[in-house]
Amino acid sequence: MIAGSKLERAINSGEFVVTGELGPPKGADIEEMKHHAEGMRNHVEAYNITDNQTAIVRTSSIACGATLVQMGLEPIIQIVVRDRNRICIQSDVLGAHALGVKNTLCLAGDHQKFGNEPQSKGVYDIDSMQLIKGLKDMRDEKKFMGGDEVEGDISYFLGAVENPFADPFEYRVDRLEKKIEAGASFIQTQCIFDLDRFERWMELVRERGLHKRCAILGGVTPMKSLGAARYMKNNVSGITIPDALVDRLKGAEKKKEEGLKIAIETIERLKEIEGVAGVHIMAIAWEEVVPEIVERAGLYPRPKF
Amino acid sequence: MIIAERKPLEEIAAMAAPYEKVCVVGCDTCVAVCMAGGRKEAEETAALLRIHREKNNIGGVVESFSIERQCEYEMIEEHMEKMKGYDLVISVACGVGVQTVVDYEPSLKVVPGLNTTSFGYPVEQGVWKENCLGCGNCVLHLTMGICPITRCAKSILNGPCGGSADGKCEISKDVECAWQLIHDRLASFGRVGDLAEIQPPKDWSVSHHGGPRTSVREDVRIDRGE
Ligand code: SF4
Repeated sequence: MIAGSKLERAINSGEFVVTGELGPPKGADIEEMKHHAEGMRNHVEAYNITDNQTAIVRTSSIACGATLVQMGLEPIIQIVVRDRNRICIQSDVLGAHALGVKNTLCLAGDHQKFGNEPQSKGVYDIDSMQLIKGLKDMRDEKKFMGGDEVEGDISYFLGAVENPFADPFEYRVDRLEKKIEAGASFIQTQCIFDLDRFERWMELVRERGLHKRCAILGGVTPMKSLGAARYMKNNVSGITIPDALVDRLKGAEKKKEEGLKIAIETIERLKEIEGVAGVHIMAIAWEEVVPEIVERAGLYPRPKF
Repeated sequence: MIIAERKPLEEIAAMAAPYEKVCVVGCDTCVAVCMAGGRKEAEETAALLRIHREKNNIGGVVESFSIERQCEYEMIEEHMEKMKGYDLVISVACGVGVQTVVDYEPSLKVVPGLNTTSFGYPVEQGVWKENCLGCGNCVLHLTMGICPITRCAKSILNGPCGGSADGKCEISKDVECAWQLIHDRLASFGRVGDLAEIQPPKDWSVSHHGGPRTSVREDVRIDRGE
């Protein structure tokens, strides 16, 4: 056990893990987010709190994470390298720890050009790999990135993301391994729509035994409408949706139900893939549907961790 | 070389509007090669400015000439008396040239006529590509001669990120993913394995982030016996 977070205990138990995701609002009123968190309380082990997702200014992930801690829930705070240099990142991680946050997820973050401050200066002082390694050393070696000593104890469960749908495909498994070497204990993948490609990726992962060295949680996003599917397909960096899936949604009478079905089928298939430790459900702007997905996918009730 | 683009004419005209005697001063080195601020472009800019001022009933004169290299005192020197004869100098050199003129003769009023964009090279006629940021600690030996600091939108040292698709960067389908290029070049030399090494955080203190840089070479300095 590294940090003793609920997520870590769940992963170590060998049960199929479920995590959810919350996007902080573009304002300081976080009541709705808290409401969504409550709604999934019995259905997910932990919640990702996005960090200014798609480069849009939102309430800070750490502030929202601390709120979840107060609610007796477990946050996984995302940290992107786009907006903060190593001084600020390390300081924020210490602060998050002081506020009771036990899981940290390291990402590069979408480029600032996609967001609502496209004229901002991207920081990119370090990259996501260096972030994982730096936070691991801060925890395990008690050393800041610059070599100075960290005072007192600090512990968190470290995760990272990987996108099996990005290019070059062959390198995506090498990169996963590199992230594990850097210190990631769990990996959440980009939303999976192309299951065949995901399965091919998992095959390569298993060949190298990487699934035994870190927990791989498959990313699942329910498509709410044809428009949402098309938007993701064309505008969200790193996401690929096969045409067949878009056509299936197009042909369906009840789009929402079809979107849900696709998500549930995806989870069913993920459960069967050796080496997949769980799912990470990202139902941004459709959070209320998460309990239904978890239940219909046969993952409810959740075991106690 | 240094790449630059001319500022919009309206912007230049607004800077020049309050002045009677104006001169557009070109530079015949980098910005001449990228067709932004050489002798020809200085003349063109002056001509456009004259038309603009005429239309807007602004009197005075707008002339032009160019200097071989605006970033060297020796070359500015010979044109100094001429420049002093104007109320405003519009330098169509890069930002280095503008400042060298100002440093040499603080009494001159000098404004920039170009936006200096980058260090790069012409890939084809009319297309210039940025490929160096002058970060102070070259990594090209690790990346097969392709600079990730400049050519990766996130200056990643352990790439490619999850936004790389079909060889393009997540920021635009018109931008190549530098890390795809690095990966492919490593692969062609049988060296993809190199990517397994975690490159540590970069020392940005030797880049501009450490403050403005001055390079000093004691061995070539001239002892003036002061
Ligand atoms: S897609 Fe490639 S070039 Fe663009 S930010 Fe990612 S690694 Fe860098």
